[in-house]
Amino acid sequence: MSTVRTLVRETPPEAPLEVRRIRADFPALLQEVNGHPLVYLDNAATTQKPQVVIDCVRNYYERDNANVHRGLHALSMRATEAYEAARHKVQRFINAGQAEEIVFVRGATEAINLVAQTFGRARVRAGDEILISEMEHHSNIVPWQMLCEETGAVLRVVPMDGRGELCIEDYERMLGARTRLVAVTHVSNALGTVNPVEHLIARAHSAGAVVLVDGAQAVPHMPVDVRALDCDFYVFSSHKTFGPTGVGVLYGRHELLESMPPYQGGGEMISAVTFEKTTFREPPARFEAGTPNIAGAIGLGAAVEYLEHLGRDAIMAYERDLLSYGTAALAEIPQVRLIGTAGEKAAILSFVLKDIHPHDVGTVLDTLGIAIRSGHHCAQPVMQHFGVPATCRAALAFYNTHEEIDALAAGIRQVVKVFA
Amino acid sequence: MSELDELYQQLILDHYRRPRNRRTLPQPDRTAEGYNPLCGDHVTVFLKMDSGVVKEVTFEGSGCAISTASASLMTETLKGKTLAEARAIFRRFHGLVTGQPQEPPTGPGLGKLEVFSGVRKYPARVKCATLAWHTLDAALENRGDVVSTESDEL
Repeated sequence: MSTVRTLVRETPPEAPLEVRRIRADFPALLQEVNGHPLVYLDNAATTQKPQVVIDCVRNYYERDNANVHRGLHALSMRATEAYEAARHKVQRFINAGQAEEIVFVRGATEAINLVAQTFGRARVRAGDEILISEMEHHSNIVPWQMLCEETGAVLRVVPMDGRGELCIEDYERMLGARTRLVAVTHVSNALGTVNPVEHLIARAHSAGAVVLVDGAQAVPHMPVDVRALDCDFYVFSSHKTFGPTGVGVLYGRHELLESMPPYQGGGEMISAVTFEKTTFREPPARFEAGTPNIAGAIGLGAAVEYLEHLGRDAIMAYERDLLSYGTAALAEIPQVRLIGTAGEKAAILSFVLKDIHPHDVGTVLDTLGIAIRSGHHCAQPVMQHFGVPATCRAALAFYNTHEEIDALAAGIRQVVKVFA
Repeated sequence: MSELDELYQQLILDHYRRPRNRRTLPQPDRTAEGYNPLCGDHVTVFLKMDSGVVKEVTFEGSGCAISTASASLMTETLKGKTLAEARAIFRRFHGLVTGQPQEPPTGPGLGKLEVFSGVRKYPARVKCATLAWHTLDAALENRGDVVSTESDEL
């Protein structure tokens, strides 16, 4: 345990963020790409890792590596202690009521699949309705389609408007006695829209529906309090939260998790096995079959501590400033059309550049050392809504600067020149 | 020449801005449709054959500069070629853009298609350059399915 704790900086959080100093925490940011300083604006795909996270994973493998929850030897006890400490850190980070409500999975995608395959199979019947939104990532569409196919339930899609805001009146109209579950994103990965999830949850609960919130794009950028939201399930990924890849979190309300059948069978999740019958453990162990991603979970623990140290309100305030600076910078380029202009937005700038294909934009920007995402962002229905095959997406994080946005704007002007 | 200029050579930009043979061919002998789900690019290739020779070849669809220019230059190159020549050029072109040249090269040379040599430095863009060609290949084979860059055989 001491390995994790001593690596976290002892100084009190500074407000506002000292971005110069923060950038020095991220070794990957300090490199040149194609002869230019790297401008990393692909943070909605994955974020860079601070040194404390890298050191933490390295320390685990160098000193504590052992399997968890079984060995009686010193290393196994250290590994178990660190793994469970990470669970407590995540619990505190999203203000869950107890650590047993935190299930470690591979990522947000697996967390949603877990809920679909356990809660869904046990509780969703033919004729029931599952409500999702038009702006969902494929990972919050496909598992529900699969469940509907299996159960005979009906998938219904709440539309969004031309700005990329959810149509709340439609949502309220579509909620009803048949609605078993609402699965909705907190922040749209393709548009940046911040959904009023607290309101959506309250309305769903009055209709008797359970709510899963996809927080993959919210947790890294704003304070999240699952108890204040009153959601039933909340999912996010470590690698988008400045932690290691291959680990993610399912938060589930304890009484719900307790009522759910296991997800996968194997070691770690059982109380006793005979060939006649197996009894399963209580959550979260029931849902963590096999050896988990121990290093990943411990690294995620270090990442959330790092974010708490910076201050999540300070992060949000800084990114809000970045967003308005970036929005203004792009608005000055006449060929840019912003896709997603919701009133409440996270720091995501999705855009198209006249009829220049986003792949060409991405390639030219890459030669300038600027990393953006070009494509459909695993949200093809969003692309269809806006009538574009793909968009360019600059997704900002707290380590980005005004200078980097200036570099993006200059790069876009160069793209226009090349393809004019 | 910078890497960027090497990728987007003037000839490519010219064919992107003014694609040749971008039109539907009425009553084609063969046609096939290609799709790259990663970027949403769609292309349809139309062929008119005359005793084993490509009499006319056109395309419809829109995509990025690389895929549009590639389709356009493909149609220019293949007109008047035999089936066997067309397939040989495809193999050689594929070798050029993937950086795994076919050894030894057989059949006619690539001519103007050499401008796509810069693509090999951008593995993510190889599919843009080859979409129209895979689609053409399907048309030559008279395969009915939509060609997808994400299917296993490509």
